[in-house]
Amino acid sequence: MNIIACVKQVPDTEAQIKVKADGSGIEEGQIKWVMNPYDEFGVEEALRLKEKNGGDVTIVSVGPARAMETIRTALAMGADKGIHVCDPAFDNADAYVTAAALAAAIKGMPCDIIFCGQRAIDDDSGQVGAILAELLEMPQLTLVTKLDFAGSSVKAIRPIEGAQLLIETALPCVVTAQKGLNEPRYASLPGIMKAKKKPVDVKNAAALGIASEAKAKVAKTTPPPARPPGKIICGDEPAQKAVEVARLLREEAKVI
Amino acid sequence: MAQGVWIVAEQRDGALRKISFELASTARKLADQLGTEVGAILLGSGIEGLAAQLGKYGVDKVYVGDSPVLDPYITEAHAEAAAKIIKEKDPAILLLGASVQGKDLAGRLAGKLATGLATDCTEVKIADGKLLAIRPLYAGKCFGEIVTNTNPQMASLRPNVFPVAEITKAAEVVKFDPGVDAAKLKSKVLEVQKDTSGKVDLTEANVIVSGGRGMKGPEGYQILEELADVLKGCVGASRAAVDAGWRPQKDQVGQTGKVVSPNLYIACGISGAIQHLAGMSSSKYIVAINKDAEAPIFAKADYGIVDDLFKVVPELTSACKKLLA
Ligand SMILES: Cc1cc2nc3c(=O)[nH]c(=O)nc-3n(C[C@H](O)[C@H](O)[C@H](O)COP(=O)(O)OP(=O)(O)OC[C@H]3O[C@@H](n4cnc5c(N)ncnc54)[C@H](O)[C@@H]3O)c2cc1C
Ligand SMILES: Cc1cc2nc3c(=O)[nH]c(=O)nc-3n(C[C@H](O)[C@H](O)[C@H](O)COP(=O)(O)OP(=O)(O)OC[C@H]3O[C@@H](n4cnc5c(N)ncnc54)[C@H](O)[C@@H]3O)c2cc1C
Repeated sequence: MNIIACVKQVPDTEAQIKVKADGSGIEEGQIKWVMNPYDEFGVEEALRLKEKNGGDVTIVSVGPARAMETIRTALAMGADKGIHVCDPAFDNADAYVTAAALAAAIKGMPCDIIFCGQRAIDDDSGQVGAILAELLEMPQLTLVTKLDFAGSSVKAIRPIEGAQLLIETALPCVVTAQKGLNEPRYASLPGIMKAKKKPVDVKNAAALGIASEAKAKVAKTTPPPARPPGKIICGDEPAQKAVEVARLLREEAKVI
Repeated sequence: MAQGVWIVAEQRDGALRKISFELASTARKLADQLGTEVGAILLGSGIEGLAAQLGKYGVDKVYVGDSPVLDPYITEAHAEAAAKIIKEKDPAILLLGASVQGKDLAGRLAGKLATGLATDCTEVKIADGKLLAIRPLYAGKCFGEIVTNTNPQMASLRPNVFPVAEITKAAEVVKFDPGVDAAKLKSKVLEVQKDTSGKVDLTEANVIVSGGRGMKGPEGYQILEELADVLKGCVGASRAAVDAGWRPQKDQVGQTGKVVSPNLYIACGISGAIQHLAGMSSSKYIVAINKDAEAPIFAKADYGIVDDLFKVVPELTSACKKLLA
């Protein structure tokens, strides 16, 4: 099988995010960068498919020079090779341009299945997988928590509000990974050593032949609205405090 | 020139979902500012009768694509049908729900229409005649204001955040041929396993009582279920509780779980890690019950109780029961 996994490098979830004084973005200085957690599920599923059915796994990432670390992490987990789309022209890419860059890098490669995360935990658009599928004219399976390979198709479980769907989709297709799909492995020490020698192709916008005009633009970034300070309910007995909170919820907040 | 504020209404099993009314009411407000019409796309099979309901929330015209090929929902089929009518009528703004189905469709449509999309917005307004969509980023650690330079300017709206306003109005129903060839579809729904608990999904709940590691084990959740029953709400959980196997994955709130916006979120034995806050800080009211006065959850809470939750929660249940009797 020819398997592709798209990975994005994102700030560690513990990272302090500070908005630049002019609102033009965030301060990147102190941030520790990691693989988007949902992409770990995608890479893991790709590796499991390869281990069961043979084939190889290619990692594709669009990002600045530092994104190479994340590609190497995926190679250390067991992927075979990488493509790094790296060009300052993509610094202000929106989801559409990112998907277009991924599509251009993937087009022409033999491909049975493409994994993405269901969303990137930084910019959180949750759309790159779907746009990529559209641009490559493939069907999509988003938010997948279980995947079974059945030759020329896959069967997937997708949770929706109040139900689960079992869907069968013809290959090739794009799958976006949701938590629950699997338990991602850690890169082993020998894996990390081997990863250093695995091939990674670096491509710029010109090589891919795509325009990079973003359609959605970030006009401004702002800190979250401050929440008014809350009340700590005083009292001697748990019952007394509980009665007071119930009263406040009813009379002040009017939510019960 | 592109004109009109449109929504994609969401229905399941022949009933409109609440997000559809939130979308319609929001579109109405934006359209009034622009002096334009509200259009709604309604797709499914045997659903024409639902169109009138959308009028009550401010929709002027409902474009109904009614065909067996549109039921149950398949991304490719719905995206193709929606794109067809959008290309024909050229709306300026298109709103969808940031529900599972809405997000799935929104991305695909943005790809088909080659336009910009702002996901999971908590506020939308008109500035200089264009849509300004405001959305949380980095798990709510900052907000971005998004402007799209192509039409339709797309945004998906977080469920339970935008108010619903009823007005009396009759919507005009316009039927169109969805133009989807069933033989070309590559996906098929084989089975729908419905949750039979009778509870709504966390993302649609008005009240959520959530428990974390402080619940000590799966049995601990009994008292949360009782409180949730009294408040007609649902029970959620932190990742610590889900990873321990105390609660199913679908109950997890946070960065790697669900993003919820209930009117009331009661966090019991949850410390308030940044990844948990990412999933619930847009709740309208937050109550925290934790025995550690230093727990970060208190910084987000409107009302906090520093005490043993096993003593407080049953008392809160009976106090609420009395008030609601
Ligand atoms: C403040 C701010 C606000 C933004 N708001 C918007 C917006 O409203 N609309 C918009 O279109 N763009 C927006 N962007 C730009 C957008 O976030 C990036 O272009 C990003 O690459 C794609 O969106 P995402 O990270 O949210 O990806 P998602 O769609 O959430 O990512 C889903 C999956 O797609 C894959 N993927 C995503 N990005 C990459 C990548 N670079 N390389 C490889 N795989 C990838 C991964 O598998 C990932 O798990 C914003 C950026 C900033 C800084
Ligand atoms: C990439 C990543 C993604 C993550 N995603 C999520 C996510 O989606 N959702 C999420 O929740 N977490 C997520 N986490 C985990 C998060 O960092 C925390 O570990 C987790 O939220 C802690 O859960 P908790 O608050 O239940 O447990 P703890 O932090 O252990 O807190 C338990 C609390 O219970 C209190 N307590 C104990 N006994 C009692 C009692 N008898 N009465 C009252 N209070 C009591 C304690 O004082 C303590 O504050 C993620 C982490 C990472 C790294």
